[in-house]
Amino acid sequence: MIIMALTPKDYEQMNKKASPPTKSYLTIPMAFLIGGLICTLGQFLTNLYTMLGLVKEIASASTSITLIFLAALLTGLNVFDNIAKVAGAGTLVPITGFSNAVAAPALEFKSEGLILGVGAKMFTIAGPVIVYGTVASVIYGIILYVFKLY
Amino acid sequence: MATRVGKYTIRMDNPPSIIGFAAVGSKMESEGPLAQNFDLLCPDSTLGEQTWEKAESRLQKDAVNTALSKCQLSPPDIDVIFAGDLLNQCIGSTYGLRDLGIPFVGLYGACSTMAESLSMASLFIEGKMACRTLAVTSSHFCSAERQFRFPLEYGGVRTPTAQWTATASGAAVVGEKVSPPYVRQVCLGCIEDLGIKDANNMGAAMAPAAAKTIQRFFEDTYTNADNYDLILTGDLGTVGSDLMIQLLEKENYQVRAKHKDCGMMLYDLNNQDVGAGGSGCGCSASVLCSTILPQIKNAQLNDVLFIATGALLSPTSVQQGESIPGIAHLVHLSSREK
Amino acid sequence: MEVFMEYLKAFLVGGLFCAVGQVLIDYTKLTPARILVSYVVAGVLLGALGVYKPLVEFAGAGATVPLTGFGYLLSTGVKKAVAEKGLIGVLTGGLTASSAGITAAILFGLIVALVFKPKDKS
Repeated sequence: MIIMALTPKDYEQMNKKASPPTKSYLTIPMAFLIGGLICTLGQFLTNLYTMLGLVKEIASASTSITLIFLAALLTGLNVFDNIAKVAGAGTLVPITGFSNAVAAPALEFKSEGLILGVGAKMFTIAGPVIVYGTVASVIYGIILYVFKLY
Repeated sequence: MATRVGKYTIRMDNPPSIIGFAAVGSKMESEGPLAQNFDLLCPDSTLGEQTWEKAESRLQKDAVNTALSKCQLSPPDIDVIFAGDLLNQCIGSTYGLRDLGIPFVGLYGACSTMAESLSMASLFIEGKMACRTLAVTSSHFCSAERQFRFPLEYGGVRTPTAQWTATASGAAVVGEKVSPPYVRQVCLGCIEDLGIKDANNMGAAMAPAAAKTIQRFFEDTYTNADNYDLILTGDLGTVGSDLMIQLLEKENYQVRAKHKDCGMMLYDLNNQDVGAGGSGCGCSASVLCSTILPQIKNAQLNDVLFIATGALLSPTSVQQGESIPGIAHLVHLSSREK
Repeated sequence: MEVFMEYLKAFLVGGLFCAVGQVLIDYTKLTPARILVSYVVAGVLLGALGVYKPLVEFAGAGATVPLTGFGYLLSTGVKKAVAEKGLIGVLTGGLTASSAGITAAILFGLIVALVFKPKDKS
């Protein structure tokens, strides 16, 4: 009996059928809810700092710093990844996700030393965000400068 | 002497015995359905060590020592040890076994390593190159996670097809024929790749290799699933198992009724958050040594095909966008010598 | 009432940003790292196009806390710096505006690494 060899394309079809889909009816509302709550907390902090007499820009920066601090702390306490498990993009997309992406490898690679472990691995996940964010801003800056848009 | 049967299968004419075996695990394993079968369960996954890598080495060392003491042997009684794990340069094995003073052969077959090492250990006995050999493999969730995926504290999202690396080790001491379980035949697999690129779906990447090895073994030996009590795959998980059964159905082999998967046995898939099931060298090794070998020993199971499966990827190959090659080795274990 | 509306807007807009991120995770092959990069670059782009500023005025933290807000911060920084310092501002503007966040992440990340011990998933 000659059986046609299975091609990768056929197999991909089989795989798609066999793989369970993500439970989007749960993940998307949870991301919305927890992400929304983090932003609400951010708004609360901004209002608080404004009330304490900080100007708008500094209040906003202080809000980011506070959220970054909280996320780093929860990372160290081993709580962040448990929240993220249910929140998905809800903790990833806010600035908390950036903070966790810096703190997690720093902590995890402590066993490889302070320089090549903590120092070097700190930006393995978050590094690209800074690289491409900065480069995008430079490109924008060049356009502003060349076309005198400022 | 061993005889080659067909193109791929090797038959032991004087089947070696597995004279001692042990399985060790950690917290997740202790909460799973096979917990009472384990020899040692350490709820603290550091095992009192400073790093995850040392913890994995410790698992392997504990498995070897327990297996040896269960058959009243000590390291000098072993002529050669075949060991492997998932870590770069197999440091789980080398650091775990460096103090034992046993001639050491390090193997890498990813999660298929237990079948690979058990094959080698048996063939060395069958070929009279050794009187007693040892096969051992291990994996540790934390050391695997930081090498292959993300830091543990990172709030990444696991897809439902992802599998959970077992924090476990299994060791088997093989000697000349005395009593069951016997190692009757082995069938070494070829590398198979049907183009799966998703490192979070290793079951799908390994299923073609498992199906191919089983098919070749059936063809070489003129047998089919009816001739065996259990067809036990290593760590295909729910997705990979389903795919393997379908692939074999295409070749007119019906294995569904006889098939079980170590990755689906080690954990309670409904209540433990392990995705598509367990994985890692320690998964198939610990299920085999905790649950299956005792059942063969007291003839609850007579003929078992143990097919450990491995995904031969590295973090580099994944980042370079390569597809994931799979491998599967088969060991025919039996309560009868013929 | 006004304060309540402020919170509600922050919640809804921030939640929406996250929900879109989750859709990208569930239905595309984008990894979380790629999604973060896309969000920051999208923030710079939307800031440059003048779309993001009205959103920040509308939703407050709902627009500044998601990583697009980080991108927006980079774009406002570069715009301000180019206006004040000319060409050199192209290079200094982005990181100057975002320096507080980046430095905080480095500092707190380091402290966390020094103080805590890595633990298994629970």
